[in-house]
Amino acid sequence: MSLPDSGAPFAPHKRQWRTLRRFLRHRAAVVSAIFITVVVLGAFPLAPIIAPQGPLRMTLNAAGQPPSAKHILGTDVIGRDVWCRVVYGGRVSIAVGLVAVAIYITIGTILGLISGYYGGAIDAVIMRITDTFMAFPTFIILLCVVTLIGPGLVNGMVAIGLLGWTGTARLVRSVILSLRQQDFVMAARAVGVPTRRLLVRHILPNVVALLTVSASFGVAGTILTEAGLSFMGLGIRPPTPSWGNMINEAQSIQILATLPWLWVPPGLMITLCVLAINFIGDGLRDALDPRMTLG
Amino acid sequence: MSRYLLRRLLQALPVLFGVSIITFFLLELAPGDAVTATIAARRMENPSAATMEDEDALRKLYGLDAPAYVRYVKWLSNIVRGNLGTSLLPPFIPIATRIGLRLGPTLELMATAILISTILGIIFGVLSAIKQYSWFDYVSTFLVFFGISVPSFFAGLAAVFIISLKFHWLPTSGYSTLTKEFTALGGFLDHLRYLALPAGILAIESMASIMRYTRSSMLETLRADYVTVARAKGLKERVVMLRHALRNALLPVLTIIGMRLPGLFGGAVIIESIFSWPGTGTLYMEGVQAHDYPLIMDMVLISAVLIVIANLLTDMAYALVDPRVRFD
Repeated sequence: MSLPDSGAPFAPHKRQWRTLRRFLRHRAAVVSAIFITVVVLGAFPLAPIIAPQGPLRMTLNAAGQPPSAKHILGTDVIGRDVWCRVVYGGRVSIAVGLVAVAIYITIGTILGLISGYYGGAIDAVIMRITDTFMAFPTFIILLCVVTLIGPGLVNGMVAIGLLGWTGTARLVRSVILSLRQQDFVMAARAVGVPTRRLLVRHILPNVVALLTVSASFGVAGTILTEAGLSFMGLGIRPPTPSWGNMINEAQSIQILATLPWLWVPPGLMITLCVLAINFIGDGLRDALDPRMTLG
Repeated sequence: MSRYLLRRLLQALPVLFGVSIITFFLLELAPGDAVTATIAARRMENPSAATMEDEDALRKLYGLDAPAYVRYVKWLSNIVRGNLGTSLLPPFIPIATRIGLRLGPTLELMATAILISTILGIIFGVLSAIKQYSWFDYVSTFLVFFGISVPSFFAGLAAVFIISLKFHWLPTSGYSTLTKEFTALGGFLDHLRYLALPAGILAIESMASIMRYTRSSMLETLRADYVTVARAKGLKERVVMLRHALRNALLPVLTIIGMRLPGLFGGAVIIESIFSWPGTGTLYMEGVQAHDYPLIMDMVLISAVLIVIANLLTDMAYALVDPRVRFD
């Protein structure tokens, strides 16, 4: 008894369970999900417990120490505990990832919905604007904007969010365009459902699956972008730790060679988290709709 | 086909226009202008030399007190004629000169990286697709995932750490050895030692995505009917693979390669910084750190324009190579 997925909004309870079961079949995705949960728990609620020394406390006479019993990952050049900085740095990286993606998914979805649904001149204008924004290479324009508005946590989130919506807008638009032709939309309109309600209650749920997958890949990408910005000194400013700005210290050959515990842990954390989120995204995509192509 | 091309061209024009407007808008947002810098430099020499009246007079002289749209037109007409303005800070070198000096090394670096990543990426992608589900495939897929997850700067630093500092195979940064005298060939070989690491890191990064796309494109092609027909006709497997499957599988990869071309100008800001490579990437960072807004905006503008042109050319090339695009 499996009904064809006609896109009707009130899917039976069974569909959610089926999706979950499909996701659980992906070993890599499940392991990654557990890993990310551990990381998020460690970075946010449990941080004061697992990293009691705090990221800012300096003990200058214990500077530059390799990993030891007292400092699990050693200390940096001004005596701060590296493990604590990694834990608290996770807060920044994850927060930027989530907030920036939330911003650009919202903007992109709204624009994509309007563009795809109304079509015509509005569509053409919005698509040209999207093309214009897409023409700027991401990192370069980000550096430019951050130079103008100044570096920092909030500025970074806003900058990435305000510039990253183009892919989402295109994606949503193409989904809307293909959904528009389908019967259930014509039926709803024939019955007299007002436009806004049609958009929100009938079309949007179908877009959600695509957005979820796109958002997860987006978080991975945003973490990398923020790390890059912080590494170049234009993201999160010290002394607040961010995985990117911790690696910044390693640009000096001396630190690179003699104090590897300073830059290897944050780099590994970025890699593992991004890897895990990519696996989760893959798993989500296969679970929600194996035929999905993200454009 | 010319209708398709015309349509694409007409789509590109408003985008170019929009790019120039956004860039000019960002330039407007920046504090100060060309006159501010000159006045500041003057004031440093002689605190009472430049007054408010001087500043206003200077502005009027350069036409910088005109309303925004007038200045936009003037700025744009300058850009189009190749006059990219001068750096905001002393010594006030023309920006076009500065960019010109740095373009060579970046072209060299990016061209090498693109070449290596394309060739290796396609080879590994095709092999992966042919040997689907083999250990080769699994290992490559995992490496691909790894490749797109590692931040480039971390990979760069790790490579320097291992290869330069532990094994001393290659130098840590720079463009060439300044302390020794070389013959022409010797100098070239020495220079290659400096090129190897940054180009290698860049190549690994882009190789991952090329490999991924080639693999999935090849897999899809191998399932197509015409491949089955070719095999049924009794053609040798190698002919089937190379002449029929590969050719078609490479089409989407063409798009990716096309998109990399604008990188030949902008380079890789992060990698160039790590390896102190004297290219446009480091030039951009210098501009960013010095808040040299004319330089920053000019480079942003050029990069964006190149991307629009590259997009256009890629679409045209695709239309040329794939007849299905032209007639639909």
